[in-house]
Amino acid sequence: MNCEECGKRPATLHLTKIVNGEKTEYHICEHCAQEKGDVFTGFHNFSINNLLSGLLKFDPMQKGVKESTANKTLRCETCGLTYAQFSKSGRFGCSDCYTFLGDRLDPLFRRIHGNTQHIGKVPERTGGQLKIRKELEQLKQALQTHVASEEFEKAAEMRDRIRALEQKMAQS
Amino acid sequence: MSQQQFMQNPWSNWMKGEGPDSDIVISTRLRIARNLRQHPFPLLATDSQAEEVVRKVTEVSESDAMRKRHHLQVIHMDQVNPLEKRVLVEKHLISPHLAEESRKGAVLLNPDESVSIMVNEEDHIRIQVLLPGFRLNDAWEIGTKIDDTFEKNLNYAFDETRGYLTSCPTNVGTGIRASVMLHLPALVMTQQISRILQAINQVGLVVRGIYGEGSEALGNLFQLSNQVTLGMSESDILSNLYGVARQIIEQERVARTYLLEHTRVTLEDRIFRSYGILMYARTVESKEAAQRLSDVRLGIDLGVIPGVSPLVLNELLVTTQPGFLQQHAGQKLTPDQRDERRARLIRERLADTEKPKGK
Ligand SMILES: [Zn+2]
Ligand SMILES: [Zn+2]
Repeated sequence: MNCEECGKRPATLHLTKIVNGEKTEYHICEHCAQEKGDVFTGFHNFSINNLLSGLLKFDPMQKGVKESTANKTLRCETCGLTYAQFSKSGRFGCSDCYTFLGDRLDPLFRRIHGNTQHIGKVPERTGGQLKIRKELEQLKQALQTHVASEEFEKAAEMRDRIRALEQKMAQS
Repeated sequence: MSQQQFMQNPWSNWMKGEGPDSDIVISTRLRIARNLRQHPFPLLATDSQAEEVVRKVTEVSESDAMRKRHHLQVIHMDQVNPLEKRVLVEKHLISPHLAEESRKGAVLLNPDESVSIMVNEEDHIRIQVLLPGFRLNDAWEIGTKIDDTFEKNLNYAFDETRGYLTSCPTNVGTGIRASVMLHLPALVMTQQISRILQAINQVGLVVRGIYGEGSEALGNLFQLSNQVTLGMSESDILSNLYGVARQIIEQERVARTYLLEHTRVTLEDRIFRSYGILMYARTVESKEAAQRLSDVRLGIDLGVIPGVSPLVLNELLVTTQPGFLQQHAGQKLTPDQRDERRARLIRERLADTEKPKGK
């Protein structure tokens, strides 16, 4: 068997990579293996893009023609990336692409992550308001539990902290 | 440390294998992907836009807060030759993508190489923390502090619903990828590995093993990492990974004990044959080296081979790779020449450790 990369030399390295139960086999020569990087560290660049564009193209629930012509004209106004380019490369061009492609990304995120909403860390500065709002939600929940279990001192403490936060929000 | 030393010194902190569970967990790695608002992602950026990002990131790394803790040094990718890049890849300090495809890429390294920050890889910033042994929480604590410092000084691309915005939709949300490199020879020998790998795929984690012919992984090394980054908090991601890794570690230990109790002679025979070959062979291919080193490592961890430090094996895993061999030789080598040099290097290191340590 000849090398899948150069087609010239005999393939001496036979690798099977398994990601998510998907098995991909590679047959390449020593020379091309060296070009690509060694076997310990190399070979992670190839698959994910192809997989993603596959995910974007296949949507059995989609009604087809109308929807896809609407997608065709979609374009990020900041970097110029079109939906078609995105579905081909599986990569965004800039952070504004997320806004321009909007809800259309939901099915993709659901397939990759099973989710569409971030619930993790929030940056202090750029996400300040959001951080306060999340803290408020937590405090209000805590307040309810304390009331329910008749821990009124703790409940009062929560109430004060909620007031302070609400003032902070109104000011900023 | 000078740029030269990063290339020539084989030791990174992560190879010092002294962390918790280091008989099975070789290293813990955490990567945090971040991008700047109002800058095109590296894939679309022009050279000058990319340079601008390097400048901004470097500026923050030179701030007092960062300098005091990490002493980061910048290495610009267009100032290192392909062989040096390859060495950085083999030490796991940069990705093959940064080495080969990024224009105007850079990496910031701290002296013990436990922190490496790639600039203009697929994302503007990729903070990587690499520690020996099983230390997910430590890695997160170091990484998140660096992240906070950057965030105080740069405008991150962040969105309330989507979280941290990344170039690839697979990283959006938390932007974190945590992974542990596991040495699982006994699970491979007892043929339990495929069953375990299948189960792992069902809980939002991925295992990467690089496979040789048949079903044996090269060097029996597997990288376990989280796949989901959106809709799970960082602590959920880390504790999920921790829990599953913990299970695998225990299963590997059970399998090791089983092999020792039931097939001791066969196991010892295999370990000592590999040890013998590495002690005396005159030429060794990288694939065979990885397998033999795995056997010897198991022998050391089980106490079958006394007197050899497991750290030697961690070091050899890196230094017997093509980039390092050629860096050491100071020239390009053909595959045959590399096999010869590899054999010699391993012989010498193992012979070194055999001698009683006089001091
Ligand atoms: Zn080839
Ligand atoms: Zn865009």
